[in-house]
Amino acid sequence: MNKSISIPRDIAGEHKVIGSRHQRSIIYLDNVTVDFDGFKALNQLNLIVDYHELRVVIGPNGAGKSTLLDVISGKVQPASGRVVFGQATDLIGLRENEIAALGIGRKFQTPSVYTTLPVWDNLDLSLRRKNKGFVATLFSKLNSEESDKIALTLETIGLTKKARVLAGQLSHGEKQWLEIGMVLLQDPELLLIDEPVAGMTEQETEKTGELLKSLTDKHSLIVIEHDMEFVRQIAKMVTVLHEGTVLCEGFVEDVQNDPRVIEIYLGRQKEADAPV
Amino acid sequence: MTPERPITSRLAVAASSAGAGPAFWITGAILFAGVPLLNLLPDDSFFHVSDFTLNLLGKFFAFAILALGIDLIWGYTGVLSLGHGVFFGLGAYAMGMHLMLGIGTEGVYGNALPDFMVWNQVEELPWFWKPFYSLPFSLAAVVLVPMTAAAIFGYFVFRSRIRGVYFSIITQALALVAWLVFNRNETNLGGTNGLTDFKHIQGFSLNDPSTQLVMYMITILFLGLAYALCRWITQSRAGRVLIAIRDCEQRVFFSGYSPANYKLFVFMISAGLAGLAGALYVPQVGIITPNQIGVLPSIEMVIWVAVGGRGTLSGAIIGATGVNFMRSTLTNHFPELWPFFLGGLFIAVVMFFPKGIVGLLKKASVMLPSGKSKVENVATTD
Repeated sequence: MNKSISIPRDIAGEHKVIGSRHQRSIIYLDNVTVDFDGFKALNQLNLIVDYHELRVVIGPNGAGKSTLLDVISGKVQPASGRVVFGQATDLIGLRENEIAALGIGRKFQTPSVYTTLPVWDNLDLSLRRKNKGFVATLFSKLNSEESDKIALTLETIGLTKKARVLAGQLSHGEKQWLEIGMVLLQDPELLLIDEPVAGMTEQETEKTGELLKSLTDKHSLIVIEHDMEFVRQIAKMVTVLHEGTVLCEGFVEDVQNDPRVIEIYLGRQKEADAPV
Repeated sequence: MTPERPITSRLAVAASSAGAGPAFWITGAILFAGVPLLNLLPDDSFFHVSDFTLNLLGKFFAFAILALGIDLIWGYTGVLSLGHGVFFGLGAYAMGMHLMLGIGTEGVYGNALPDFMVWNQVEELPWFWKPFYSLPFSLAAVVLVPMTAAAIFGYFVFRSRIRGVYFSIITQALALVAWLVFNRNETNLGGTNGLTDFKHIQGFSLNDPSTQLVMYMITILFLGLAYALCRWITQSRAGRVLIAIRDCEQRVFFSGYSPANYKLFVFMISAGLAGLAGALYVPQVGIITPNQIGVLPSIEMVIWVAVGGRGTLSGAIIGATGVNFMRSTLTNHFPELWPFFLGGLFIAVVMFFPKGIVGLLKKASVMLPSGKSKVENVATTD
């Protein structure tokens, strides 16, 4: 178990001090350390993502990419450090569903959809609603506004014709799209997206890239990705993680040419890709 | 359905619309009126249903109510409870205590205290027995005591995110603890012999076939209500959240729901149904002992649902009645074979027809050309 240090929930006053610099940040990680029984999955990590930004996070296996998303979404509690959402919301100590309700959506690495429910119901359950308690949900009925939203999302993710198909019967790529649709319907301010194009065809990958780029109108995104070609397609700013800390950060062209990055990441991938 | 209306009338509307399929009403009418009518036929008629059979059916359908509850928490939500015997027992003992006090001075010792207390040299009725003189109190306790127990137990277990096999083991331990506690004479609940020798309920003799006929009809009525309640829940959006929890709990969190709360609610409803089943069981069977609520019965209850087909409400009812029918038949002729048969049945279900009898029937109906249209919504309809 990780210990979480106690920080007052309302740190607005304190935030003002740094507010002048990071006023426009949607998420701000300050010196975050995650300790798994001595193994530091994140080691004093600092990260700032601005509103309407699409930030791509890359790094070799075990660099802490997924842990980073776990910390933001409340799945893992850091041993120390602060996670600030928006202007002054401290996320530490909140449960996953509370964080989701604040406006942070997450897409998992392996498609996580409700396999024995139809596509439509998958989206319906994900819709942002005021009250998601048991009793409220028991009595709630679908209104036309919600129904339109779902229909629109079905079109965006190209699954209109499969609305009544059980999600378990979709292809891998379609499941990935469905999950992106589910996250979109939560209408989150910040989307955390873990390897969106794993297992997708080239065409699907490109479509996904276009979709993600178009989302920055309304949302901010953190995308974790391995596929460098895809990263080049979607990214402006890239953060490279290595052993739980930020190795470097910058425009995708600069990062690609950084010798340290080539050394720890791109070089390795080239080796790995070589036989193929 | 306007929100201003009282919750009971909203429930009634919802229940009637949820269970309004023709199959529901036809089956209900046959069980509620048809079977009792057959009971009135002359004894030598081929279609005559004996008092004994009617009583047996009443017991099976009480079990079916419990099976519906297990299906909600296991079949739909994916949480396997191996401790539902406890909730069944709490309901059964609550009813049993009322019936026990109804014996009055007609017991063996002619004492107002229950016989076992006289035997154990208890001088005064323990405080927790006293409210059970009242029938309304007892009827409320039948459902509320198991629900409260489930609420307290569930709150801690679900909050701590204990799930999967760990949850099953803890509930099994709960069943063992309950068995030990109820077995103790000091608990003042009749020890190993339990509660028995009931005479009458509200002045009607429990040995009178007509009383048993009414008990049977009340059981069918409650089975219908329980089915309508479960169907309403499973057809609602909350019901789909339950299936979502079964399919992928971590996504449910990130869709903004609290799985712990949902599980807690369903666990409580499930416990309430089990308690109701226990209360209907006791006057019809005439005895409740710790051996009927411990670890083994709790596991057997889960097997009923597995055999019938978990995740379908009709499966729970078919499983509970079917397995118990086989049990009665087999134990009449080959009492020593029953455990082997039950074990074999369970293995067969797990290996060859994981969706139970209802799954088999659905498969068969799909293979027929006319049944094709049913394929699509197999998961959500019942």
